[in-house]
Amino acid sequence: MIALLLRDLRLAVRAGGGFGLGLAFFLIVIVLVPFGVGPDKTVLEPIAPGILWVAALLSCLLSLDRIFALDFEDGSLALLATSPLPLEAASVTKAVAHWLTTGLPLTIAAPALGVLLHMKTDAYAYLTLSLALGTPALSIIGAFGAALTVGLKRGGLLLSLLVLPLYVPTLVFGAEAVRRGAEGMDATTPFVMLAGITFGAFALLPFASGAALRVNLK
Amino acid sequence: MSIWEYANPKKFMATTTPIIPWVLGIALAAMFVGLVWGLLFTPDAENFGASVKILFVHVPTALMAINAWFMMFVASLIWLIRRHHVSALAAKAAAPIGATMTLIALITGAIWGQPTWGTWWQWEPRLTSFLILFLFYLGYMALWSAIEDNDTAADLTSVLCLVGSIFALLSRYAVRFWSNGLHQDSTFSADKETHIDPSFWYPSVIAMLGFGLLFLALVLIRTNTEIRLRRADALEARQRRSA
Amino acid sequence: MELKVSDLTVARGGIPVLENVSFTVPAGQALVLRGANGIGKTTLLRTLAGLQPEQSGQIDCPEDESAYASHADGVKSQLTVEENLRFWADVYGNQVPDTIYEQFDLVDLRQRAAGTLSAGQKRRLGLSRLGVIGRKVLFLDEPTVSLDRFSVKLFADFLQHQHLNQGGIAVIATHIDLGLDAPEMDLEPFRAAPDAAGGSDEAFL
Repeated sequence: MIALLLRDLRLAVRAGGGFGLGLAFFLIVIVLVPFGVGPDKTVLEPIAPGILWVAALLSCLLSLDRIFALDFEDGSLALLATSPLPLEAASVTKAVAHWLTTGLPLTIAAPALGVLLHMKTDAYAYLTLSLALGTPALSIIGAFGAALTVGLKRGGLLLSLLVLPLYVPTLVFGAEAVRRGAEGMDATTPFVMLAGITFGAFALLPFASGAALRVNLK
Repeated sequence: MSIWEYANPKKFMATTTPIIPWVLGIALAAMFVGLVWGLLFTPDAENFGASVKILFVHVPTALMAINAWFMMFVASLIWLIRRHHVSALAAKAAAPIGATMTLIALITGAIWGQPTWGTWWQWEPRLTSFLILFLFYLGYMALWSAIEDNDTAADLTSVLCLVGSIFALLSRYAVRFWSNGLHQDSTFSADKETHIDPSFWYPSVIAMLGFGLLFLALVLIRTNTEIRLRRADALEARQRRSA
Repeated sequence: MELKVSDLTVARGGIPVLENVSFTVPAGQALVLRGANGIGKTTLLRTLAGLQPEQSGQIDCPEDESAYASHADGVKSQLTVEENLRFWADVYGNQVPDTIYEQFDLVDLRQRAAGTLSAGQKRRLGLSRLGVIGRKVLFLDEPTVSLDRFSVKLFADFLQHQHLNQGGIAVIATHIDLGLDAPEMDLEPFRAAPDAAGGSDEAFL
C-alpha cells in the first residue's frame, strides 16, 4: 500500500497539472463569487462558509476521474488486480493519495481565501477543522464514483452526476459546522456527523469500489 | 415449487402478461374513484381551503417515489446475490417510473406550497429530500444508459443503488438537521384520527391503492419490454455467430 | 507444483468462445497457445489469471503464485526505469535484483524516465517486471509485440534460464517462435459451438 501511495504521489507531483489545478480552480471560484453577488461585506460574510465548502467540493471533483482512469488505460490496474494487493486496499490508497494532493492543499489554502469573502474571524478554525475532517470523505466517495465509471470513454460528466448527490450529507454537515462556528454556536453535532461520514465511508466504500473495479476489469 | 422459478425470463413473461391488463384496469379504476371522490366530493379543509385536495395526488406519488427506490434496492440485492436477470431488468424498468413519480410529487408539492406558504419553493426537509432522490434517480438511469454490456451495467447500477440508498438515507437525516420543518408532520402515518377527517381518509386510501397498482402495472409492462429487448439481442447475437 | 486446467469454458462479453479446454503444465515447462486472431487466447489467459470468472470447468493453480502480463504493461512514463521496477517489487514485497538490468539490457537506461524510451525499450521494461515479482506461474499475452529479434532472444533467454529452469511455469500466447523448448497447443479444436451453453444471455433464448 505504501508503495502504491508513494508512486501515486510521485506521479501527481511529476505530472504537474493535477496538483495545482484543483487549487487554482478553488481560487478562481472564490474570486468569481463576489463578481456575481456584489462586493458588499454584509452579503459575503454570511455566505462565506457555504461558498468555501461548495468550491472545495467542486475542486475535488475536478481530478476524480484520474484516480483510476490512467491506471486503467495503461494496464496497471489489471496488473494490480492480479497482485497481492487487493483492489479494496488499492482504492483506499488511491483515495488517500487523491486527498493528499487535493483535499489537503484545499484545507490549507481555504483560510486565506476566507479573507477574500470577509469570513468572520471566529470561523477560521472551524473552516480548517471541518475541511480536514470532511475532504477525506469527498475523496473516498469520489474514488467509488471513479471506480464505477472507469471503463467508460467519456465518464467525466457522468462521474459528476453520480458523485454530487452522494456529496450532499458531507456538504451539509461541513458547511453547517462552519456556519455555527461563525455565529458562535455549538458545532459539536455537525463535527461528529462529519467525522462519522468520513470514517464510515472509509470503512465501507472500498468494498463497493473494489467490486466495481473488478466488474470493469472483466 | 420455488418462487425463484418466476425469475426465468420466459416464465416471468408468460405469467405476467395475462395479469397486466387486470392490474392496470383495477389501478385506473381505483385512481378514478379515489381522485373523483377526493377532488369533487370532499369538503374544503378549514385552514387550507380547496388547495389541500392536491394532496390526493401528492401523497400517493410521493409514497410511490420512495417505494420505487426501495423496490430497486431489493431487486439490485437479488441480482447481486442470485444473479436473476429479471431482477436486474425490473430495477432498470422501475427507475424512470420512480423518477416520474418523484417529479410529480415535487411539482404538486410546489403547487400546494404556493398558496400555503406563499412561495413556489421552500428548502423544506421533505421537498429537499425528494429533490435529492430525484438526482439519485437521474444518476442511476444515466449509468444504465452509459454502459453497453448489459450484465456489466446491471452489476454497476446495482452497486450504485446499494451505496446510493445509504447516502439517500443519510441525506434525508442531513437536510432535516439543516433546516426547520414547514411540512405537515407525518399527516398520514402518525395518528389519523386526530388530524384527518374520515371523509378525506377513504378517498386517499383508494387513490394510494390506485397509484400503487399503477406502479406495479407499469413495472411489469416495462420489465417485459426489457426482457424482449434482451431476447432480441440474444437471438441476434446467436444468429451472427451461426452465420 | 503444476498448473492443471480441466474442462474449462471461457466467455468474452457473455458469449462462450472456448469450450472444454484441458491441459496440464508441469513445473519447469512452458505451454505456447496458438490460434487465429479472435479465437480467445486473451480471454483464456485473463481467465487463468483470475481477471474474469470462468463459465465452467476447473483451474488448479498454486495459490498466490500467478502473474499476468499483456501488451498494456503498466509502465508509468513519468517514472524512471528504476522507479517503475521498484514499485512492482514493493507491491510484491521483493527486492529488485541487480542482475535484472543486464538480463533485459536496461543498464544504461536505469535513470531515464520511461516516457523517453522507445516502444521496444518500454516493452523490455514492462517484461522485466516479471523478473522482480517472483511469481512461479506466468500468463503472458503476446509478450514480444514491438520487440526486435535481439530483444526477443533476451526475453526467451530470461524465460528459459531465470524462470523455467528455476521450476517456473509459463503459458504464452504468441505468433512468433520464441525458440523455447515448449509444447504448442492449437486452440482451434476448442472453439465454442455457436449454440454453446453457458452464455450470460442464455436465459433469454
